Amino acid sequence: MHPITTVHYLALSAALLLIGTVGVLTRRNIVIILMSIELILNAVNINLIAFSHALRSVDGQIFAIFVITDAVAEAAVGLGILIALFRNKETVQADEVDLLKW
Amino acid sequence: MTPLYTSTDHFTIIPALMLVLFGCGILLFDFLVFPDPRQRKWLLLFVVLAEGFAGYGLVRQQTYLAVNGITAITGFQGSVTIDGFGIFYNWIFVAAAVIVAIVSYKYLEIAGEHHGEYYGLILFAQAGMYFLATGTDLITLFVGLELMALCFYIMVGFLRSDKRSNEAAIKYLLLGAFSSGFLVYGFSLMYGIAGSTKLSAVSAAIAARPAWDPVVFLALTTTSVGLLFKISAVPFHMWAPDAYEGAPTTVTAYLSVASKAASIAFLLRIFLGPLAAARDVWEPFLAVIAVATLTLGNLAAINQTNIKRLLAYSSISHAGYMLLGLVAGNQTGINGIAVYVMVYTFMNLGAFLVVVALRRAHIIGEDLDDFSGLMQKSPGYAILMLIFLLSLAGIPPTAGFLGKYYIFLSLIQTGHYVLAVIATLYVAVAIYYYFKIVRSMFIRESTEPAPLATSFGLHVALAVSGVLTLAIGIYPEPFLRLAQTSLLR
Repeated sequence: MHPITTVHYLALSAALLLIGTVGVLTRRNIVIILMSIELILNAVNINLIAFSHALRSVDGQIFAIFVITDAVAEAAVGLGILIALFRNKETVQADEVDLLKW
Repeated sequence: MTPLYTSTDHFTIIPALMLVLFGCGILLFDFLVFPDPRQRKWLLLFVVLAEGFAGYGLVRQQTYLAVNGITAITGFQGSVTIDGFGIFYNWIFVAAAVIVAIVSYKYLEIAGEHHGEYYGLILFAQAGMYFLATGTDLITLFVGLELMALCFYIMVGFLRSDKRSNEAAIKYLLLGAFSSGFLVYGFSLMYGIAGSTKLSAVSAAIAARPAWDPVVFLALTTTSVGLLFKISAVPFHMWAPDAYEGAPTTVTAYLSVASKAASIAFLLRIFLGPLAAARDVWEPFLAVIAVATLTLGNLAAINQTNIKRLLAYSSISHAGYMLLGLVAGNQTGINGIAVYVMVYTFMNLGAFLVVVALRRAHIIGEDLDDFSGLMQKSPGYAILMLIFLLSLAGIPPTAGFLGKYYIFLSLIQTGHYVLAVIATLYVAVAIYYYFKIVRSMFIRESTEPAPLATSFGLHVALAVSGVLTLAIGIYPEPFLRLAQTSLLR
């Protein structure tokens, strides 16, 4: 039996960060991009909790609560703006949002 | 058991408390007392009062530091530190917020989106900036950053019925949230390295590790992505032209000045604090990024026909100059950044204020052509714009020269001759595109007879920015002394 160590958690978190990054960079649907950003923030949370557990320090858990709150606020504002956009443009595809260009 | 909330704690956050209280007051009053949109400009009084109280708080903190002869007051067990650095940058935020608030009502009335929340958001964003400049704890800094950023996402998309504003907001939000995800990932690694979220503990822990430690390197790169995004450095600048162009012009002015100043303060706190020990690692990277920022900002600005987009690229290049001060990294360089930020605040605000005046009932007024014949039509505005553009280009005796002078001086003092030469060459490029606007104003014939949309607030704001842009350039002594107080000790 191999116990689960901090390194395992950090690997999971790095994988989530990578998946989230690839998601943001390749997906076209803005809702899915927002979900990918949530993945990145959850990678952060796993990091924080793993460190908090390993270091026996409670700061990380408090930080994680702030990160969760921020993720919620960001999703709320993001979806709000997306609805405003959808009312005017009838699309949630990132590549169809192309009025501003040089 | 340490007490949870002491009078010192209270003293360190008074300005931010005032901003948030008055912000909430605005939301309530807007809802209960001013149902008629025409009365909404009275909400401005709240903003001015809030800034008055916040400024009073800053003055009290300053006097406390001076009377007791100390360099810093810390509150909340080291989460917030009031020092000369934080107070200096906060004065810039106060100036920017007041100037932007008093020019906004006319612009928003013309755009048909004059809502009370706007003034609340200005104050809430400023509260976030307060903690970016004074925070010395990873959590405080992160929350401050997000408070500022979330308010700006909303303000950029404030023209709900305008597709360009929606688009700017969604692009800014997606890229902003993405980058702050990276930033906070870096923060989580710093916490893992140090076992504490205090910047001082993180500094000590990073200094104790070897320079090329992989975990430190990962924390450094991910944190830098977030920081460089916020100051719109290449290659994380893509959001800036779009957000600047699509946002209401008053918001663009606030975003380009206050948000950038706050992000620079944040960047300095991190790079001169926890990451100072890894200087050998990041200095070459930052030099490359600064040069890339200067190159792209200046070259992309040449072909722009939209003024807000042109000024966006110019503000990207200004971020490059500020970064060069950090690359030099000596006292002159860090002091130079403070001078540059102060100077940039007034000249850039001024330039955007003239663009605000060009927005009239049926004219968007953002194109280069809209400036044609401005000298015949409103000579006062044309001459003020000329002053701001000369200053942005860095030509004496305007303030912009002084900002660039200290950055170049610091580069030469530290032996970065190549960087100094490159930076100087780009000033010539900048003169070319700024003078495209000047040519349009002074030489071309007017195509549009409609008068500018002026207001009392706009006149006051323009006068203040114009006078300061000239005064800092002609009699710099008191302003330099003010900037000196911002050196981190």
